[in-house]
Amino acid sequence: MADNKGVMILAEVGDGKLAAIATELLGAGRKLADDLGEELSAVMVGSGVGAVAQEAIAFGADKVYVVDDALLKDYRTDSYMAVMEKVAKEVMPKVLLMGQNSIGRDLAPRLAFRLDTTVTMDCVELAIDPDSKLLLQTKPVYGGNARAIFTSESMPQMATLRVKAGEPLARDDSRKGEVVNIDAGLDASAIRTEVKDTVLEEVKGIKLEDANVVVAGGRGIGGPEGFQELEELAKLLKAAVGASRPPCDNGWVPDTIQVGLTGKIVSPDVYIAVAISGSSQHLAGCSGSKNIIAINRDAEANIFKEAAYGVVGDWKKVVPAFRDKLKELLG
Amino acid sequence: MNMIVCVKQVIDPEAPPASFKIDTASNSVVPPAGVPPVISPFDEQAVEAALRIKDAMGGTITAVSLGTGLLRDVVKKPLSMGADELVLLEDAAFDGGDSWSIAAALAAAIKKIGEYDIIFCGRQAADWDAGQVGSGLAELLGLPSVTLAKKVEVNDGKATVERVIPDGYEVVEVSLPALITVSNELGEPRYATIKGIMAAKRKEPIVWTPADLGIDTSQIGAAGRRTRMLRLFQPVREGTCEIIEGEDEADAGANLAKRLSEAKLL
Repeated sequence: MADNKGVMILAEVGDGKLAAIATELLGAGRKLADDLGEELSAVMVGSGVGAVAQEAIAFGADKVYVVDDALLKDYRTDSYMAVMEKVAKEVMPKVLLMGQNSIGRDLAPRLAFRLDTTVTMDCVELAIDPDSKLLLQTKPVYGGNARAIFTSESMPQMATLRVKAGEPLARDDSRKGEVVNIDAGLDASAIRTEVKDTVLEEVKGIKLEDANVVVAGGRGIGGPEGFQELEELAKLLKAAVGASRPPCDNGWVPDTIQVGLTGKIVSPDVYIAVAISGSSQHLAGCSGSKNIIAINRDAEANIFKEAAYGVVGDWKKVVPAFRDKLKELLG
Repeated sequence: MNMIVCVKQVIDPEAPPASFKIDTASNSVVPPAGVPPVISPFDEQAVEAALRIKDAMGGTITAVSLGTGLLRDVVKKPLSMGADELVLLEDAAFDGGDSWSIAAALAAAIKKIGEYDIIFCGRQAADWDAGQVGSGLAELLGLPSVTLAKKVEVNDGKATVERVIPDGYEVVEVSLPALITVSNELGEPRYATIKGIMAAKRKEPIVWTPADLGIDTSQIGAAGRRTRMLRLFQPVREGTCEIIEGEDEADAGANLAKRLSEAKLL
């Protein structure tokens, strides 16, 4: 432990700029590094990512390690594993953080096993214990019904941070930091998977993650026709449409609009939950919303415990009247 | 195709949230009364992924479960769905583990099983939601891994996997043997058939202890843990919902629109 120093985060780059999750990790990592009195570094892995290094400094990094290689253009488990293993062994951080997203979910557990250390996935809070100086890793468990706090003494202490759980710092371009290039040293033949194609679902209207208002439907919507009604309401409110897991699993709506533990995490100003009971696994994806509005037939439904406003009733009767009145008020 | 599927018995995640209780003294979850445990839903989908390959090209499926107090009716579910064999790692020494000690025991069991082309796991278990055992197993066994599969097909000694990403999916090709974790987007697992249930009833699981696996008990269960759980608690929910009423449901809906407009939310 004595040899490991500093906090390191994996800084993802997308569309030529620092990804939102990277700024959230830098914000969370900065606080931990300050509490330890040690350095915060960011690792940037990819092809042509070096240009973004200064951005990571502006968002809080003291040092940026850039691993730039054409072979790293797309995420592959084996190539990113090889690079992150190399960087972790060279830099020897005390704490190593990634996002709980499609890269972190895949990379973090496997890397932890390779580095002979542990990782706590999907943390919503990270702190340094003032006595032991260990990383306190708080994560929802049992689908969000409970939370657990873990520690580990093996180095680096790894964790993934839930999307939107970290608070980015204000961008400050006058911040100074150091950029260090690390050679990827990759052997192409060691990459055992090949990405043959990437298929993106077309998003109609506003992206779920970016919307200020979300209208979401649950099992009680009953079928794809019901979601058309929610679409109409969403159009009026310039909102995005989301869903809990059952409508996605039943094929009423695309999987990509699932909000929850295993879907998207959203935090709009207003989240209108229609015929959603409010399972913990769904709340994991929307409890960061500023105001939850619930419409549900069951007065005992769990969603009312999270909601600011609610109507107990059949959505088929409530929603059309709600929409007509809104149209009148907004019109 | 020889396939292995790792399945975990968990407290039913569909049990009402109000029935969820923690014993803070022992930092553990109290199983809800009258709600039997189930196979973790993602693991059932992993069984389904293996069955679809078996349907298409034949093969054998061996389900492996680790734990104590494994109810035969529960852990035999993969058999009743169409799996061929069931291996149980059932011994007090396996109890109280974390991702490391569970993956270590499963890796030893899989080595003992020997021949395999694909190992399937659920993307995460419905109890601890750790999402690590699949990738950890692949690392311990030196296999390539593809996580979050929504579709798996096998051709010419390779698997083609549709891997879920936030706005769609990637088509990933991987050489075999490989480890694949399965996500809920795969679709509903099949129901057990009467014939399957009868066959599962007659089938005796193979039970292995740590000694059978030749694994040191310091590596498994609570002794093999590398993480320490300091605290387990239930977050407090506030419950200050303002219920909007009306003469009937439609009127309540209109009143909700007025109230949200007054509160300047919409």
